[in-house]
Parts: sequence; structure tokens; C-alpha cells
Amino acid sequence: MARPGRNRYTGYLLLAPGALWLAAFFVIPFYSLVSASLFDPNGSVLTGYKMTFHVANFATVIRVYHSELFRSLWYAGLATLICLVIGYVLAYAIAFKGGRWRNLLLVLVIAPFFTSFLLRTLSWKLILSDHGFVVSTLQNLHLIGSNQHLLNTWFAVVAGIVYNFLPFMVLPLYASLEKIDGRLVEAANDLYASPFTAFFKVTWPLSLPGVVAGTLLTFIPSAGDYINQTLLGSPGGRMVGNVIQSLFTTTQDYAGAGALSVILMVVIIGLVLVYIRKAGTEELI
Amino acid sequence: MSQASDGSRSLHLSQVTKEFAAFTAVKSIDLEVPHGSFFALLGPSGCGKTTTLRMVAGLETPTSGSIRIGDTDITYAKPYQRPVNTVFQSYALFPHLDIYENVAFGLRRRRSPEVDRQVKEMLELVELTSQARKKPPQLSGGQQQRVALARALINRPDVLLLDEPLGALDLKLRRAMQLELKRIQTEVGLTFIHVTHDQEEAMTMADTIAVMNAGEIEQMGAPNDLYENPKTTFVANFLGQSNLIAGKVLGPDGDFVKVDMHGVTVSIPVSRAHAAGADGWIGIRPEKVLIAAVGEEIDAPGNHLDGGIVTDVSFVGVSTQYLVRMPWGQELQVFEQNTGRRRLFAKGETVDLSWRPEYAFLLDASQDVTAGIEDD
Repeated sequence: MARPGRNRYTGYLLLAPGALWLAAFFVIPFYSLVSASLFDPNGSVLTGYKMTFHVANFATVIRVYHSELFRSLWYAGLATLICLVIGYVLAYAIAFKGGRWRNLLLVLVIAPFFTSFLLRTLSWKLILSDHGFVVSTLQNLHLIGSNQHLLNTWFAVVAGIVYNFLPFMVLPLYASLEKIDGRLVEAANDLYASPFTAFFKVTWPLSLPGVVAGTLLTFIPSAGDYINQTLLGSPGGRMVGNVIQSLFTTTQDYAGAGALSVILMVVIIGLVLVYIRKAGTEELI
Repeated sequence: MSQASDGSRSLHLSQVTKEFAAFTAVKSIDLEVPHGSFFALLGPSGCGKTTTLRMVAGLETPTSGSIRIGDTDITYAKPYQRPVNTVFQSYALFPHLDIYENVAFGLRRRRSPEVDRQVKEMLELVELTSQARKKPPQLSGGQQQRVALARALINRPDVLLLDEPLGALDLKLRRAMQLELKRIQTEVGLTFIHVTHDQEEAMTMADTIAVMNAGEIEQMGAPNDLYENPKTTFVANFLGQSNLIAGKVLGPDGDFVKVDMHGVTVSIPVSRAHAAGADGWIGIRPEKVLIAAVGEEIDAPGNHLDGGIVTDVSFVGVSTQYLVRMPWGQELQVFEQNTGRRRLFAKGETVDLSWRPEYAFLLDASQDVTAGIEDD
């Protein structure tokens, strides 16, 4: 009798640390965010907020901020696509051609993380500034007009996002490419597949788990990011992250900020589900 | 010329050499594999047999020499452009494709017509029809092996390469697959080149065996020729077991060569004497040595040795293996069939040994007497 009894409790006991963690860092913040989104919008930090289940908050923020929301998804999508192309080439090269330099190359991929996110983004401000070498070189090559800029444009924002989130793409891609048995590619070659065909029939499908993981790890944080927009973008091109940040900290409209956050979360979850279904990798996640 | 259709698709390797940065894996080998034959490349690991196979598959490029199929030079042809398919050692099945699509892979790449019919026929041949929609990891080792075979075979290559395809299977399954492979080869009539380090496997399956050692072909021939008349100590030891006894060549005597073996004169047929100098190794297979009590008549007129002492007896059921210490100190191995007509000898007994001269062979004394003995 002692054994089954002990078993019944050890299971819960072992779950406890994880459950406490989730409660402290997910359930409670999530509850507080969702409840904030339903506050009476007329409240303020001084007068306090009343819980009135004001569902109209959602309609209001969508009406007012839908262009920021779409812009965020569009920037994040574009940045993710660029990250995928650059990241795949990089991860492929490290995994298959890196040889004994593999580990060093991986360290170099994550090396930028040793500097603060803000500092790295600020340095892009210098690089892309009107007096920087990038702009003057492009102007000398007549690729951009003499009165055009890079800084404070959508280009700079997307470039910043690509730069900042590239390692999140490279690492999962590397992990799944590195696992691919080189003999499978040899077998494909042996069975009349040219290197090109062998890539699309063998390497690419086997790397899909990495592609899915990498794109999600890049897309989700980029869609909510506001640092790149703040430092590299123009005031007219705000992303949803900027709006949420200013609603929370400047306007102190907790209800609007909460509602917009919940909407962003729901939209991202919806997109991710559709994406995973389309990629046919449910079992791989 | 009479077999033009066959000859036009046989495989030729001439003076093929493969050097890697640090060592030479294959040293100027010449091979001719007639179309439709079952050819085995046999040798210990690191002897260059797999490198040779990979050069035929196009997965390695020879440093020098040429490879032809019939009149077509394929030395530098890409692997996907040569009529050669491989059954890989680890099978290398595509884990993301089901069995059907694995088998159809080559046909689809070549846009072959009637893929469905061909795949179904092939799955039937390897008895995997019911597994067609499973993924490779769901199959057993033997089934995966058959998928790998089907996937290569369905393309009807001029040459099918098998890289130790049975190495991962347990002994019983391996025996069954050996017969199966041989049956399929006879049925489809393609050229099979089988790389293995298992001498029994090579002898069971192949029409012709090339024994490789240190990047070179030591000897090539039919399994029984290689076994009965090895030309080097390596072949004598690697294929089965041999007693090798030092001897001095006395001179020819008709169709025989007389050799002094520690005071006993033995005869060896000229066709089986491969020693160049005055010294040689006299070779005799343990099952060709007859053992008898002192003075008992032995049915092996020719070479008679007395004064042997049994030092070890292993009873293995079908046979008994004796170790017999000879007057010059060497222990010889003797296998005797357990026919039941003769009694077993006990450890310490004094016995006579004998063998018929036509079973002995003579090897060059310059060769390492322990070459090809495996430590396992």
C-alpha cells in the first residue's frame, strides 16, 4: 500500500517547481495583462482602474492602431524572410563546410550578444547615418540619390531587426542541419539527384524543424520589438511595440495597452498555428 | 567478341590509384568484372575496398587511372550521371520519405514512366508490399536492408554496389539475407559488386573474389581456387585457416617440388608452389591433415609425420579440432569430422599426421607468416 501512495504524491512533487515557475512568470502576468485589457478606459494611475469588463477596449485599439499592427507584422515578416535566407546559408556553411572551425564560427555567431542590445542598435544609427560611409558609398555608386537617407526609414528598421535576431535563426537551423547524415546526400546523388535536386528533396525537408523553430524565434520577438523602430525608424512609421510601450509608460492608458498586447498575442498565435499546419511539422515541434 | 552484349557492359578498372593527404588507400589496381557476375571485394578494414567501391560509385575521384563500363569512361562522371547504384553500409534510407517513396526516388529523378507499377513489383520482389507506407525507422534492420536493396535495384543499374550491406544484421538474419541476395542477383542478372570483410560471406555469395590488402589486390579468383590454392600468406590466413610450416626447397621432381620440412621430405605440386627462393612456407589446411594413432595406417599416401603430441582437443560437434605439437616445436591445427567411425584422441597422446601432397601449397618465405590473421 505504501508504494502506490508514494507514487501518487511524487508525481505532483516533481511537477511543483515547474508549476510554480509557470505560475509566477506566466499565469500571474498573463492574468494581470488580460484583466488590464478589460479595465474601464476612463481610469488613470492617479484615480485607479476599475474592472468593468470593458470589451470595447479591443475595438477601440484596433480602430486606432491597426496600421501600426499591420506594419509590425509586415516588418517582422520581411525581416524573418531575410534572416531565413542569410541564416540558412550561414548555418549550412558552418554545418557542412565548417570542419574544425565549426565551434569557433558558432561562437562568432553569438558573439554580438556579449554587447548590450541597445548599444548594438545604436551603433547601427552611426553606420546608417547620413554622414556614414554606407550612405556616402551608396550615393557615390548612385544606388541612392544624393538627398536620400537610410536612417529613419523602414529599411533601417528592418535591417536592425535582421541584425539583432539573426542568431535566433542561425542556431536552430544549425542544430537541425548538423544532424543530417551526409550519407543521405550521397545516397540521393547516387540515385540520380543532382546536388540541386538533392538539396530540395533531402536536405531542405530534413532541415524543416530548424526552419520552423528559427522563423518563430525570429518572427515573434520582431513583431513586438520597439527598440529598432525607436532608434532607427521615423516617428511616422511606428510599430505596435512602440504604441504599447508609450501607452503603458507615457499615456498610462493601461486598458488600451493591455488590449493591444492581447490582440498582438492572439494574432501571433493564430499566424503561428496556420504556419505550423502549413509547414506540416506539427509532430516536429 | 562472341559475347558483345555482355562485354559491352562489364566494368573495368585500370591502374586506379587513390591517394589521400596522408596515405595511399588504393594502389594501382586492375580489375575486370564481367557483366552479370557476383563479384566480391574481400579484405580487412582499411584495405581500400570501400574506397574502390566509392570510386566506382563516383563518390570519390581516383587520383589516377581509369574506370570504364563497356566502352564508356566514367572515371570523372558525376555519381548521378553513371549507371551505378549503391546499397550503403548504413542503408542511408531517407527518413522523411515512406518506403514507397524511398524505392521510387531514383525513378522519379529520371522521370521514368510507370513508376507505380515498377515500385510495386520491386516491393513484391523484396517482400515489403505491406510496409509500403511506413517510414524507415519503423522497420526492422533486415527490412531496412531490403528497402536499401530495392531502392538501388529498381533502377536496373549496369553495376550494383553493396557496401557491407549485411554488417549490421545478426548472424541468423545475415545467413538468410545472403541467400536472398544471391537469389535476387540470379533473378535480375545484374552485376553485383559486394564489399565485405567476412570471408565466409564472400565465399558463399560471390562467383569471383578479389582479396584486397593494404590497397592492393593480393589474389583474385573463384572462391574454391582462392581457398585451395592461395598464392600469399595473407590469402592463406585470411580465407579460412592454414598451417604454415617453414621448409627448404630441394628441387623439382616431375610434376612435384620436393621440400625439406624439418627433416621430412614432402612433395608439393608445381602448380601450387609459389615460392621464388630456396626457402618457403609449406601450407596445409587443418581439415586436410589426417590424424592417427602411432603405427595406424592413414589413408593419405605421401607426406607422413610422426612424433606429434596432442596438446589441445576442442570438441565442436560436427568436428573435433586438435592442436598437435610437432618434434620441431610448432603446433599444427587438425580438424577431423566426427563421422563416429574413429575414436577421439586425448590430450598428451602421441599421434601421426599425414596429408595428401596434392592438398599442400608452397608460399614464398619472404612473406609475413602471420599476415591476414585476424585478432578477433
